[in-house]
Amino acid sequence: MTFRKYLVLAGVAVFAVTGDSLVSRGMKQVGGISLHHLSDIILVVFRPEIALGVLFLLAFFACYMAALSWADLTYVLPTTSVSFILLTLVARFVLHENVSLARWLGVLMISIGVGFVTQGPALTPQPRRRESHERLAAPVSARMEP
Amino acid sequence: MKHLYAWGAVACIVLTSTAGDVLLSRAMKQVGDVAELRRRSGLAHVLGRVLRNPNFVLGILAMAIAFYSMLFGLSWADVSLVIPAATSLTFVTNAAAAKIFLHEHVDHRRWLAALFVACGVILLAL
Repeated sequence: MTFRKYLVLAGVAVFAVTGDSLVSRGMKQVGGISLHHLSDIILVVFRPEIALGVLFLLAFFACYMAALSWADLTYVLPTTSVSFILLTLVARFVLHENVSLARWLGVLMISIGVGFVTQGPALTPQPRRRESHERLAAPVSARMEP
Repeated sequence: MKHLYAWGAVACIVLTSTAGDVLLSRAMKQVGDVAELRRRSGLAHVLGRVLRNPNFVLGILAMAIAFYSMLFGLSWADVSLVIPAATSLTFVTNAAAAKIFLHEHVDHRRWLAALFVACGVILLAL
């Protein structure tokens, strides 16, 4: 893992939190949307706060795609554990939502759980890749056999 | 009733984002390391390769459904409930889906992590 790759993983967490928080703030201003007015859910993305949130979510998506190109899905996802902590802090101190002790404990358990995953390797060697490595490791005469 | 709607939205987010994650992960593995590709062939080549991948297109479609489910969920419940609950449940379903569909090596550490995450979700819902 290089510094650049860690930076990409940090981008996944930070952009996701910022985007989610902006979208949440925008949706709170909109209020509850009725299932009978489905067009409202499409029009809300043009509100400035939600549009900015969507931009941050696009940045998150770019980092997420880059990370998935060199690491397992079950390795990349744990990076969102940092998001849980950041998101709860934002919900409590910026959005002034009521975050109970049980929810704080839940966030802590989720963070511990995902912390386990990051101790393992980032990428599972695929059978096809392993085969090609074995073929390259074999003597030239063996490689030429059909 | 709002609680039922919120959890319905969470279930919809979990299903569609798991499908999206698996499809996008498969697409990006087929494309290869984007940083290395960009260095070799340029950004336009990388973008073209990603956007032409059918798994990527299907993944985006699934993610779009997940996003709109999230908007519904956020209009009915707090962000500190909807986002952590949906994302962490997605983490568990993704571990299973990654093992089944992507053949990733999901070892005891990763399963243990899934258990911790599931417990965390129960606490979030209290």
